Amino acid sequence: MARTLINVPRKARRGEVIEIKTLLSHPMETGYRRDNVGNPIPRDIISRFVCIYNGTEVFGADLFPAVAANPFLSFFTVATESGTLEFRWTDDHGNTQTASASIEVV
Amino acid sequence: MDTIPHQTATRRVFLTGVGSFLGIAPTFALRPAAATPASMAAAIREVVGEVAVHQGRVKLDIPPLVENGNTVSVTVSVDSAMTELDHVKNVHIFNEKNPQPNVVIFHLTPRVGRARVSTRIRLADSQKIVAIAQLSDDTFWYDSVDVMVTLAACLEDLRQWLAR
Repeated sequence: MARTLINVPRKARRGEVIEIKTLLSHPMETGYRRDNVGNPIPRDIISRFVCIYNGTEVFGADLFPAVAANPFLSFFTVATESGTLEFRWTDDHGNTQTASASIEVV
Repeated sequence: MDTIPHQTATRRVFLTGVGSFLGIAPTFALRPAAATPASMAAAIREVVGEVAVHQGRVKLDIPPLVENGNTVSVTVSVDSAMTELDHVKNVHIFNEKNPQPNVVIFHLTPRVGRARVSTRIRLADSQKIVAIAQLSDDTFWYDSVDVMVTLAACLEDLRQWLAR
């Protein structure tokens, strides 16, 4: 299980636009590199990211090998109601990594 | 004496086999393909189609001089109200000289509230980066920045390998 780093404000006013920062520790191996004996290193990429706010997908991204290792994404969302934000990263092989954060909207 | 022509024939067959193997082998070697301005244009066409892409509304923030191409911060902001009727649907980032023309595609919804996204990318060379936003009325807007890269991504391992 790779490490994730999530930054979501714990409290927000209703209707406030909040910033969300996410980071997943992952090599994002491009498939274009070779190891020290000259063999190509197989591609290993996180290709899809989604942010789900109380069951609704609010933000998503398709990542390509040009995204740096340990993919960092920062975006905004409107604090509509208290609940949980779920973050999901999917790699080339369909394996997913999830993380979540709760938010209190007053 | 009957066997000699037969032997030479097999040796000739063997040698042509070796020759063709050596001749063909290098073409099979894995080479990092490079995206060119043409392949970037093709990748953009695939997204945009035949519609015109307007300059403006999009702001691509990326340092013009990059020391290390392995991680480059990029921020794209789009001038949009982000309402149900008028919002940004997708933001695409393209490059000219990485092995692939696509960098990342962001999918936005009105729930995002503010059309501004950041990430970190790899750059294999000094090149032009293009950000294209697709709005809810299906118009396309773009911004581009020329970036100088002193230490390129992807290449250091290749150099180590060649130096052996």
